Amino acid sequence: MARMKFLCDAERCIECNSCVTACKQEHDIPWGVNRRRVVTLNDGVPGERSISVACMHCSDAPCMAVCPVDCFYKNEEGVVLHDKDLCIGCGYCFYACPFGAPQFPQTGAFGVRGKMDKCTFCAGGPEADGSKAEFEKYGRNRLAEGKLPVCAEMCSTKALLGGDGEVIANIYRDRVTHRGKGGEVWGWATAYKVPEAGTSGAVPAPPAPTSTPPSAVTGGTKS
Amino acid sequence: MTNARLLVVLAASAAALALAGCGERPQVVNYKQGKYQGKPDSPPYAAAPFNGNKQQWENAVDTRAQAQNEYVRLRD
Repeated sequence: MARMKFLCDAERCIECNSCVTACKQEHDIPWGVNRRRVVTLNDGVPGERSISVACMHCSDAPCMAVCPVDCFYKNEEGVVLHDKDLCIGCGYCFYACPFGAPQFPQTGAFGVRGKMDKCTFCAGGPEADGSKAEFEKYGRNRLAEGKLPVCAEMCSTKALLGGDGEVIANIYRDRVTHRGKGGEVWGWATAYKVPEAGTSGAVPAPPAPTSTPPSAVTGGTKS
Repeated sequence: MTNARLLVVLAASAAALALAGCGERPQVVNYKQGKYQGKPDSPPYAAAPFNGNKQQWENAVDTRAQAQNEYVRLRD
């Protein structure tokens, strides 16, 4: 079964922020909340790199572990979602998340926080699929329409890949083989863990640049 | 004698009522540690247009995923 993941190719990201805009537009995200954002490392320095960051839907999500009201769940596609009817806006998940994904709308004076909002991998939430309630609370459910997250699908340089981890790892492996560099994937070790030798069920590692001819690249590692 | 008994019963009832005010009731939902407490969610292929056809949904998602590989698109 699919295990949904995001992968951002820092060699390709041009910091256009289209993923951010598309996400806000698709889900009608309120002002002040950014489910996705683009971070530039070493801005202005030759060799700077940009990466698109949102919830990575971690294998062992720390937000799920720290939530005092247990409002998080993971669906069978590995997407980390939450029930906004239970969320108390405490902010523990924000402190636990290594990617700063949880967002909190300012709902009143004195910095009062609203219920947590984060990337849903365009998979909605625990309301009827495609319903008005689901859209208002969690945004559009593209996954139920057989589509992938809008941020990844509309990325002009295809820097941001989204979908089944094995499929996008294969796409990235093909790409790295062609260009012969840039095999490091930011955030994958943190979110999906590096496979340990001799263990089963390990997450397929992003490929390292190799000198293998493109014709020799077939398939990917099994998770 | 009857009045005295009535007084005793009344006093006992009043004491019971007064003590009831001191009782503690749970004010919040009792969460089970480490278990999701929210509403159940349906799988993405449950509703229309896939109507429970998981294989069809997986094929649709895989097709969309492959569209992210421009090398495949260019080779075609």
